[in-house]
Amino acid sequence: MQQEIVRTEPAGRLIEGGHTYESITHKIGSVVLSYKHPRAWYIVTAIAAVGVFTLITSIAWLLLRGVGIWGINQPVGWGFAIINFVWWIGIGHAGTLISAILLLLRQQWRTSINRFAEAMTIFAVMCAGMFPLLHVGRPWVAYWLLPIPNWTSAWPQFRSPLIWDVFAVTTYFTVSLLFWFTGLIPDFATLRDRAKKRIAQVIFGVLAMGWRNSAKHWHRYDAAYLLLAGLSTPLVVSVHSIVSLDFAVSLIPGWHTTIFPPYFVAGAIYSGFAMVLTLVIPIRAWYKMQDFLTMKHLDWMAKIMLATGLIVFYGYIMEMFTAFYSANQYEQYLAANRFFGPYAPYFWALLICNGLIPQVLWSPKVRQNVALLFIIALIVNVGMWLERFVIVVTSLHRDFLPSSWGMYYPTVWDWGLYLGTIGFFTFMMFLFVRFVPMISIFEMRDLLHQTDRHHPAAATTTAAATPVAHTEVTP
Amino acid sequence: MSVPLHGIIAEYESAEELLHAARRAREAGYTQMDAYSPFPVHGLSEAIGFEDHKVPWVVFISGVIGAIAGFSLQYYVSVIDYPLNVGGRPFLSWPSFIPVTFETTVLFAAFGAFIGMLALNGLPQPYHPVFNAPRFERASQDRFFLCIEASDPLFDRVKTRQFLENTGARLVSEVEE
Repeated sequence: MQQEIVRTEPAGRLIEGGHTYESITHKIGSVVLSYKHPRAWYIVTAIAAVGVFTLITSIAWLLLRGVGIWGINQPVGWGFAIINFVWWIGIGHAGTLISAILLLLRQQWRTSINRFAEAMTIFAVMCAGMFPLLHVGRPWVAYWLLPIPNWTSAWPQFRSPLIWDVFAVTTYFTVSLLFWFTGLIPDFATLRDRAKKRIAQVIFGVLAMGWRNSAKHWHRYDAAYLLLAGLSTPLVVSVHSIVSLDFAVSLIPGWHTTIFPPYFVAGAIYSGFAMVLTLVIPIRAWYKMQDFLTMKHLDWMAKIMLATGLIVFYGYIMEMFTAFYSANQYEQYLAANRFFGPYAPYFWALLICNGLIPQVLWSPKVRQNVALLFIIALIVNVGMWLERFVIVVTSLHRDFLPSSWGMYYPTVWDWGLYLGTIGFFTFMMFLFVRFVPMISIFEMRDLLHQTDRHHPAAATTTAAATPVAHTEVTP
Repeated sequence: MSVPLHGIIAEYESAEELLHAARRAREAGYTQMDAYSPFPVHGLSEAIGFEDHKVPWVVFISGVIGAIAGFSLQYYVSVIDYPLNVGGRPFLSWPSFIPVTFETTVLFAAFGAFIGMLALNGLPQPYHPVFNAPRFERASQDRFFLCIEASDPLFDRVKTRQFLENTGARLVSEVEE
């Protein structure tokens, strides 16, 4: 009977390939402890390093010359800085969704991807945070954003969504980091115990802080981990809602809408899952992690992408409907300007990337075609960037008075900074894959234990396959 | 043999064997013990007779402190130290203080969960005698251990060892302090 309901899903379990506790530990842990890495790792990291240098150059030139090197002007004062800020922070949200919300919903398949997605969150929020800091023009006084008593005797304005944003993003970054590190402690202990080289033993020993896998430790650990998940869940919703309030609290046509918070959160998860797929698909192949990142995982991620994509598309339709139904000439003009104005190609490309193309994910055949899935994920990433471009630029460039209309053209430094953050993000992700277990080892062992209990036959084969004595590490 | 003992440790191959052994040790009257497993085993802390619900309370209290701190900060800034008239709104415009109050609540509570968990577990702890146990590095990989500690009133070097050997252990050994 069950077979009938799930027949469109690829067959198989969440861990394939007849793994044991030892083989899981070896497979994931050895990526960190060995010196052998796929050639692709070196190539991608080298290219990403070029991106990091581009970023450094773009920031240095910006600090020397000021924001005038960007394309921002009156009336388009926000430009790439805010487009990219929203894009990156949205990408980060899938990490928290996977690690926290799916944990609370007891979705076991999250186990293979949560570590990876949380790392993505942290690096994406780092990229996001750079943009508003640089956009303020004088980043060296960015501490004015914080409620620190200073020589100006001025305090931040707590009635402004921009200051809410400062609190939301810094809290989000800190909590994500704590959650990630908490998840890593038992795995650091595993690496400490497996490491053969003194330096690795010391580094992982310090990071594991003396974790000894005691039942008493696990008891408190489980409580803390679950509570961190429970705290992260409303946090992630609040962060992108507050980001959307940066727009929605203003009076600019196209921004002043109540649908923004939910629609931004859905868009964030949509783009985040697209980015997880973009990264997981190649890394899974290069490090041969198909046993843990199965077709089932890719299938489910594609389905979440499809579902959140439809919510986002509903948001577009409601924006248009509200514009016409409002009988407000500025809102109506904005809608028409999106369809037929000077930035119309961006808008149409957005509809194709975010609305039309992802609909092929309805087909199970497409969801099981890894190459196609990768291309669709890339298209969605582009689409979500276009969405933020359309929201920021088309709303600002023609608002109330035609005499103050203008056009926005990004400069080479806008692109340099943007591509630089992509390079930085990729660079950090690849360093993460190299130096930290990319899949949560202890949670995979737990998952194996749980799935084996539900398949008694498999449990006996697992036990039989476990070699009784491993003497290579015993003195 | 003058080195004092931390306890006697037994190694098992599966979580079920460990759970079974821990329950038998409790039935035999042992109270001072600890179990070690490469992942959290459901019901294991109950089996060794350990219960602790301090972490949720630490998180709750930290959250309350965070909420009070966040709101008082905004109150002090916006009402007392730097009152700004924005479009005739009251200085204590509390609805616009909700987002920041929420964020500080979550921030403090998360630190409470992280620091509280570590502190209650006594971490960071550079040395612990159980690491002297042979093959103990497997506790973070694929083996399960039960250690009956020397502080237990029923602890006896010979009898406890015999007891553990009869629980289906693969290896029983003494752990030096």
